[in-house]
Amino acid sequence: MEWRDEGIILGTRKHGETSVILEVMTRAHGRHLGMVRGGRSRKAQPLLQAGNRVDLIWRARLDEHLGMFQAEALELNAARLFESACAVYGLQTLAAHLRLLPERDPHGGLYEMLGLLIEHLDDATAAGELVVRFELMVLEELGFGLDLTQCAATGRRDDLTYVSPKSGRAVSREAGLPWHDKMLALPAFLLRGSSPQVDITTIEQAFRLTDFFFARHVYEPRGMQAPDARAGFLNALRKRNAAAQDVPGDTAA
Amino acid sequence: MSKRIAGPEIERLIQLLAKVPGLGPRSARRAALHLIKKKEQLLVPLADAMGEAVDKVRICSNCGNVDTVDPCTICTDPRRDGATLIVVEDVADLWALERAGAMNALYHVLGGTLSPLDGIGPDQLNIKQLVSRVSEGEIKEIIIAVNATVEGQTTAHYLTDQLADFGVKITRLAHGVPVGGELDYLDEGTLAAALKSRTVF
Repeated sequence: MEWRDEGIILGTRKHGETSVILEVMTRAHGRHLGMVRGGRSRKAQPLLQAGNRVDLIWRARLDEHLGMFQAEALELNAARLFESACAVYGLQTLAAHLRLLPERDPHGGLYEMLGLLIEHLDDATAAGELVVRFELMVLEELGFGLDLTQCAATGRRDDLTYVSPKSGRAVSREAGLPWHDKMLALPAFLLRGSSPQVDITTIEQAFRLTDFFFARHVYEPRGMQAPDARAGFLNALRKRNAAAQDVPGDTAA
Repeated sequence: MSKRIAGPEIERLIQLLAKVPGLGPRSARRAALHLIKKKEQLLVPLADAMGEAVDKVRICSNCGNVDTVDPCTICTDPRRDGATLIVVEDVADLWALERAGAMNALYHVLGGTLSPLDGIGPDQLNIKQLVSRVSEGEIKEIIIAVNATVEGQTTAHYLTDQLADFGVKITRLAHGVPVGGELDYLDEGTLAAALKSRTVF
């Protein structure tokens, strides 16, 4: 068996004294693991870091085998990402979310989004919104997508303010008012295209929204906890936001 | 079934030696044969040294280093700068920095890095003891000397968050061109980091 594909490295695990087990998100083969012989060498180590985009050749005698990877650099992002707390926590969070998906199951949309995120993870003004959108996509791919297109009660497509915790569907302000305390807030930026100026309070609201559905549909049934890196990522966003407010005009991560 | 070529004691010795890093079954057999041939000069002293190490080696309750005394020799050395603490992942890193001899500071061994893939979280690392050491107030600078990997840097950021309230200076090792390194062979990330941290010549 042999295939060639492009992938983004999610992590590595030491194997023996010289090799590593490489975990990558590939465009056409989903999240895939494989062994890299000599992966712990000085030459290979800078390449086999999470966040790097690589050209991969996978070979195995049988399809169900772990197989061997041969990797070549396409884009080395790791050193840039190391500099920012947002980026390293963000990267770990994304990898943890992708590990919820079955291995070798292609998710082209998530791969494209992951590539976009890697480019912007060190930009604290964009990273929060992008990670929330990524989480919504992961929920969708897991079969628990939220329907934010129209009100579940009235069918209205405007003034959508809440999300029903029961159905995961949007609810308009008018229809949701009697159950205001039980409803989850729907941040407006999730309803339209990307917006450059989303404040941290709204981002946190959006993270609470995705967290609720992750906990209910994914973590609790599997007896898991939300990844620690997610809390670290939110904390880094808060800090970055506070620092940017102290220094007006400074928005870079 | 393969025939035995030696008694069970020798087979066991070979099996155990094969578990030592750098040795496989073949080289373990060679090492075992060499030890047996040099029984008086090598095997007996080695067995004595190992027995003594088993009895005396312990983990320092203060910094996580390995030594035969607790607290370890480094922690009790009065000539060391008690205001500077170097945080490392492993004892091997501590030994490497000591070999370099660049700083006369104290150390703290974490025992690994945060790695979700391997199920290592903050509770599995020696972080509580680090926070407790810093809270005593004598340490003025913490140098985070972890590997330049995503796991290492996540750990570094986590430690920075944990130690932010103590008002100590937190620094980390520079990333850049190694001695003997040729620019042509370096990855773009390392080159970018080196350029960013350039110094006046």
